[in-house]
Parts: sequence; C-alpha cells; structure tokens
Amino acid sequence: MASPIIELDRVAKTFENRARATEALAAVSLSVEGGEFVSIIGPSGCGKSSLLRVVGDLVEPSAGTVRVNGKSARQARLDRDYGIVFQTPVLYEWRTVLENVELPLEVAGRPRAERLQRPRELLRLVGLDDFAGHYPWQLSGGMQQRVSIARALALNPSILLMDEPFGALDEMTRERLNQELLQVCAETAATALFVTHSIAEAVFLSSRIVVMSARPGRIDRIVTVDLPRPRGDKTRALPRFFELVTEVRQSLR
Amino acid sequence: MIATIAAIWETAKFAFALPSYQLPHLHEIAGDFLREGAGGQRWYWIMTQNAAYTALESLIGFALGGATGLVLAVAFAQSRWLERGLLPYVVASQTVPVLAIAPMIVVWLGTSWFSKAVIAAYLTFFPVTVNMSRGLRAVDPDALALMRALSASSQQIFFKLRFPTSLPYLFTALRISATASVIGAIVGELPVGSRYGMGVVIINAAQYYNWRPANLWAAIVVSAAIGIAFYHTVAAVERRVVSWSHTAPAI
Repeated sequence: MASPIIELDRVAKTFENRARATEALAAVSLSVEGGEFVSIIGPSGCGKSSLLRVVGDLVEPSAGTVRVNGKSARQARLDRDYGIVFQTPVLYEWRTVLENVELPLEVAGRPRAERLQRPRELLRLVGLDDFAGHYPWQLSGGMQQRVSIARALALNPSILLMDEPFGALDEMTRERLNQELLQVCAETAATALFVTHSIAEAVFLSSRIVVMSARPGRIDRIVTVDLPRPRGDKTRALPRFFELVTEVRQSLR
Repeated sequence: MIATIAAIWETAKFAFALPSYQLPHLHEIAGDFLREGAGGQRWYWIMTQNAAYTALESLIGFALGGATGLVLAVAFAQSRWLERGLLPYVVASQTVPVLAIAPMIVVWLGTSWFSKAVIAAYLTFFPVTVNMSRGLRAVDPDALALMRALSASSQQIFFKLRFPTSLPYLFTALRISATASVIGAIVGELPVGSRYGMGVVIINAAQYYNWRPANLWAAIVVSAAIGIAFYHTVAAVERRVVSWSHTAPAI
C-alpha cells in the first residue's frame, strides 16, 4: 500500500467562548490512502465538519497533528492541494457559471490559455457546458452544486473535501449526483473526504466509512465498503449494499 | 399618477377655498415659467440656468462624498479599532443640522461652487460609509473559507469577494445620497452672498411670496426634479452594474 495522503494523529478541537468550552473532536486518528473515498458519518454535532475543516486548515486543531501529502495541513493549503465543496454551492453570484469555475485559476495566477480552456473542460465533465454564460441564480440547486464541484476540481487538487454537498438536494438529484461524483473521482484520481448524513449515500460512494459519535466527537468504527466498482444503479440493489447500510445504521446507535 | 395628484390638488383648493398664497392653481405654477423676469429673460430659462448650477454642485459633492464614504467604509471594514474610534464622530457629524453648518462652511470656503459641493458631500458620505462598511462585512463565511482554501491574498479577497458582495449595499446608499446631495447643495446656496443656484431662487421667491406665490412653487418643482433625475440616474447605473443581484438590501 502507498503511504497515506492524509494522516491525523490524535487530533482534538475545542471551541471556546466565554460561557463554556465545547469539545468538538477528541483524539481522532485516521489515515487515508491515495485514491480512497472516505465518508464521515455521525449524528449532528459530532464534529464531522470540524474534522473536515481541520484537514483543510480552515480550523486550527487544539491538539494533535495533521499531515497531508507529507507536509503540514497549512503547507498543503498554501500549495493548493485541496478542492473544497460546501453544503451550499457558495457560487459568487456576480460571476457567470464559467467565471465561477475560473476563480481558482485566477486566484492561483494560472496562465491565460489554461484559464480559457480548463473551465470549459470541467463544465463538460459535470455536464453543464451549455450553461457557461448563465448566472448562478438561473440554475437549479443541483446544477449549482455541480458547478461548485467543477470549481473544486479546477486546480487538479489531490484531495477533495466535501461537507455534506448534497444535503440540501432532493433524493433523485442526490442519487444522480452521487453517480456523477464517482465518475469524476475515477477520472481525476483525487482522494475524497466526504461528510454526509445519509447512510445510503455513504455506502454507495465510499471505500471506507468513518462512523463518529458525539460529545466529544470521536471515531466509533470504520466500516470498509467492499462493493464492486464501477458502481451504478445495480449496486443499490445488491444484497451486500443493504447489509452494509444495516451495519452502518447499527454502528450509529 | 400625476393626473391623480393634480386632481387632489385642485379639489383641495376648491373644497377648502384656499387662496393662491396658500395653494396656487397648477396652471399658475406652470404659467410662472413663461413669465418675464427682471432681467428680461423668461423664467424657464432663469430656472434652467440655476438648476444646472445646482445640479453641477450636487454632482461634484456627490462624487466627493461618495469617495470619502467609500474610503471610510473600507478603513472601517479593515479595522474594528478604527471604526470604534471614529464612528461616533461620524454619527455626531450627522446629528448637527446642516442648516447650522452650511453658513460656517460658506464663511470658511467662500461663496463659490466649491463650498456648496462640500456641503453636498457632507450629506452624501454618511449613508455610503454606514451601508458600505456593512456590505463589506456581509460576506458569507463559506465564501471566505473558499478563498482561504485557495490561499488567496487579502487583496484578492477584497477585490474578488468583499467588494462585489458590498456593491448592492453601496448602490442602496448612493440612491439615498443622490437626493441628499441636491438638498445639501441647495442649503449651501441659502446663506447671504451666493448668487446662483436653486437655493438663491428659493430665497428670493420666498421674499416675494405674497406677490407671486407661484414662483416659489415653481422653484420647488424644479428642485425636486433635480433630485428625482439624480436618483433615477443612480438607479439606472445600479441596474447595469448589479444586474446579477435580484435582492437589493435595505439600508
């Protein structure tokens, strides 16, 4: 096996305000190999999002170390190793769809030729090349989230961080986007860390599922998903799929 | 709408038997524009010249105040400390009646157009400062996290995120400031010594009100028209610039 791309060693995070201190994460250790798709699931307030944000250096851990691609999380962020997708699309509404996907390339100061070509490719990848000139408000929620995935991929990040990206979408849209996301990940060979509330979604997408419990947030179990790839609609009908869903559900009790 | 106002106007005049010095007929006001003035010029031409003068002062004041407001807003958004120190004085500046301040500014800066523009700017900058500094902070935390994940510089964050986010707030303020700047310029023309502008026309018309009440009403109509024109100009620019926004925040 290759060396881990993400390595968390006894990471803790305590949020403090004047009234009290909340222990969001307590001594979480986890290592993720290159090309893995790891979902994080757990009850509300179990620190799933905090864990994701600690990995992305958006939140400082109170204790413990985070190594990403063999360097500190901060260095990985400065090297733009991350692509990030939030629960809401967070598109800049004054930019067209194409310009939104171009944003990371612009910020990174990439050459003009790349800035013209790459966003087009990415929109084709998520099936939105016909909407390049539209503004975000003209798109449905599912389409907006696809734009935000395209934007996350703009700099070819080695790690995709996704914080309940499909949580606000209806079930049918969610399943379709799950399918697309698997294709995107297969094509880009990115390692994915994916926070979700949905057990079925976690089982369908992941190579491993990290089950967390709350107060303080810690890892209860890690379920390895041995479903065959490529996965599709048939995967959801496999007996093994239901077994795994049941297994994760029981772990969450 | 205009027909309705006219109908109410004339009905009120008739119903309460108001004499012309309380409420002149609309045709009397309209007729005043055609009357010959003291210098042999028709009043519509006198009004036009003075209105242009006032409009120019307002415009310069609007630009001056808008720029000042913008600079203050950016400074406040950058530094809480600066905001806490300066904002009370900015607020205090607006609680002083402009009528009291205007003569002093005219005394300091002379009776030229410049002192009027400064008074217009004085009324313009405040809404811009308050609303714009709010707009600069109204950034979605995740939009900011995205910039951080892209390891964007603070300049990039400002120009690519904060500034565009604040534009709807800026334009809401500018629409208010547009009308305020005209008021400021007119108030600036009221003190003795001024020779041109709607403020001068209003003062003179008020002096001769018992003789020619329609003249003051005509001056009011023209002054309002300047403000309305300013407002709609800003609103038109706003529609072009912030075409992506479909919710304009209130001040």
